[in-house]
Amino acid sequence: MSAQNVMTSPPLEPTGIIPGREPGAGRGRNRRRGSTGQRSAKGGLRLGNILTTLILSAGAVIMVAPLAWTFSTSLKTKDGVFELPPQWIPDPFVWENYARIWAAGPLLSGIQNSLIVACSVTIVGSLTSALAAFAFAKMRMPFKNVLFLGLLSGLMIPFPTLMIPQFTIFASIGWVDTLLPLIVPGLFGNIIMIFFLRQFLNSVPDSIVEAARIDGASYLQIFWTLIMPAIRPALAAQFILWFMAVWNDYLAPIIYLNSPATQTLQLVIANFNAQYAIQTDYPLIMAASFIALLPVLIVFIVFQRQIIESIALSGSKG
Amino acid sequence: MSTITRRSRLHRKEHQAALVFVAIPVTGFLLFTLFPLLFSVYASFTNWNGISAPVFKGLDNYTKMFGDRYFLKSLWNTLYMMIGIPLGLVISLALALAMNRKMRGTTFFRTVYYLPVISSIAAVAILWQWAFNGDFGLINQGLGLLGIDGPNWLQDTATVKPALIIMAVWKGLGYSMLLYLAALQSVPRYLYEAAALDGASAWQQFRHITIPMVRPVTFFLIVTSIIGGSQIFVEINIMTPTGGPEFESASIVWYIWQKAFDNLQMGYASAMSVVLGLLVFTITFIQFRLNRRNQFSID
Repeated sequence: MSAQNVMTSPPLEPTGIIPGREPGAGRGRNRRRGSTGQRSAKGGLRLGNILTTLILSAGAVIMVAPLAWTFSTSLKTKDGVFELPPQWIPDPFVWENYARIWAAGPLLSGIQNSLIVACSVTIVGSLTSALAAFAFAKMRMPFKNVLFLGLLSGLMIPFPTLMIPQFTIFASIGWVDTLLPLIVPGLFGNIIMIFFLRQFLNSVPDSIVEAARIDGASYLQIFWTLIMPAIRPALAAQFILWFMAVWNDYLAPIIYLNSPATQTLQLVIANFNAQYAIQTDYPLIMAASFIALLPVLIVFIVFQRQIIESIALSGSKG
Repeated sequence: MSTITRRSRLHRKEHQAALVFVAIPVTGFLLFTLFPLLFSVYASFTNWNGISAPVFKGLDNYTKMFGDRYFLKSLWNTLYMMIGIPLGLVISLALALAMNRKMRGTTFFRTVYYLPVISSIAAVAILWQWAFNGDFGLINQGLGLLGIDGPNWLQDTATVKPALIIMAVWKGLGYSMLLYLAALQSVPRYLYEAAALDGASAWQQFRHITIPMVRPVTFFLIVTSIIGGSQIFVEINIMTPTGGPEFESASIVWYIWQKAFDNLQMGYASAMSVVLGLLVFTITFIQFRLNRRNQFSID
């Protein structure tokens, strides 16, 4: 199951302070204060901030350089790549590289396949996970905790241990080289998400469920009208993380998909890499890689706050 | 109708609805986790090429494993590459401390340092493969500025593992930094104020307050990084498709994958995957146990 081998963190109770949420509160501890007078302490603080900013900026350059280098290379000529000293700003800009890649390999179908897998898995899987989380958190059922612990134990088994039998099963029903082995397991939900939503639901009072029951609402109605709105922020964050994990997955696709038409984007760019490196067509490889990075970069920039908060939440009490 | 029977009928309805809701993931678990797991264990005792029926061989695969120098090598490589874990922890804690200051631009830095984390490992592997290129790679160009003649990183037995470690640290830094930052921000300020009043130096405060307060995050990161590190595959497969020079970068999952799907030694590969599974299971189990004791409980 692709979602399981990319376990980012076991989600824990949402407590603790979220970075960036409460500017000022608990931030900016100044350890130098108290040793010297107020004025010089302030001066020291400012100097410290300048130094810290400089160091962080240097680090930021290192973090971004490979990504920037990718983009820059993707706009070069085939020979421009090998020029010394290296050009950071391509001369000339070869925007045609981005036109060329669509004909050079099945990039478009790769994007399509990745979208099909990621969307179907995360949309259906989030629903089934949310339903299960609701039942585990707010409903009475015999052996509930045994079942829950059983599911949790699944997290302890790495995907490589399961991949050979899973492959055999899917091969025996003729699903190899289709997207089904990547989609179907995900439709049954994601244990990490169930865990996280269940924890989140603990903060929702039982009484609202009971009140709705007395009013004659069915459990599905309660789920839709009360539970879904209550867990929306947690659901959204988990959804995005899961989407990115499926989008970026490589091991499961490489096992199941052979023919270019069925391959997901990550496989397509890996094949580009193997194929065009021989022809030293690095601009083409870099353009394809950049295209593969782009959707996640956009999702990240749009949902940056939710993503960062949910990571901080899920791990902070680890 | 008595209250008791009505109540029990209501309960029965609730039980039924709950059962339907959890049936989906439970079925998924049985089909895609438990059954494959049992099958893996069974296959590990057989000679099986994935096509004809498995032939029971007892412990043959397991004894073979410890005489297989490629298996031992890939196990060693996987362990070796975990050097990146402590390195990453130290750097990310330092970064988190820097970003915990009250100053401008921390949101920007957080985003920038987090970019590699969200980038697909396949794309990242491709761009670092290019960065490590011996003649035209970014790394050697940078070293060239310092007057150093860089090696051909991925083709050299001495540098292929360090190269992969550098990349892994770069990719994971933003994640651990963020967790440390969250932990730092939940440390009560009065602890530092009290310590400062008692005349504790910055180093003493760091040593006796900060380090213990972020210990749960450190522990969590160590455990999850070991789990992740034991399953390293994509980078190896893309950057060193043949397992590196003289098998120097083959990881355990890479070797399992190669044995299973290239050499069709499914039985032997299953045995190795069971060993890997036991390892990961043990580490995760420890983590869950300690977590449960320290942090939260299941009901």
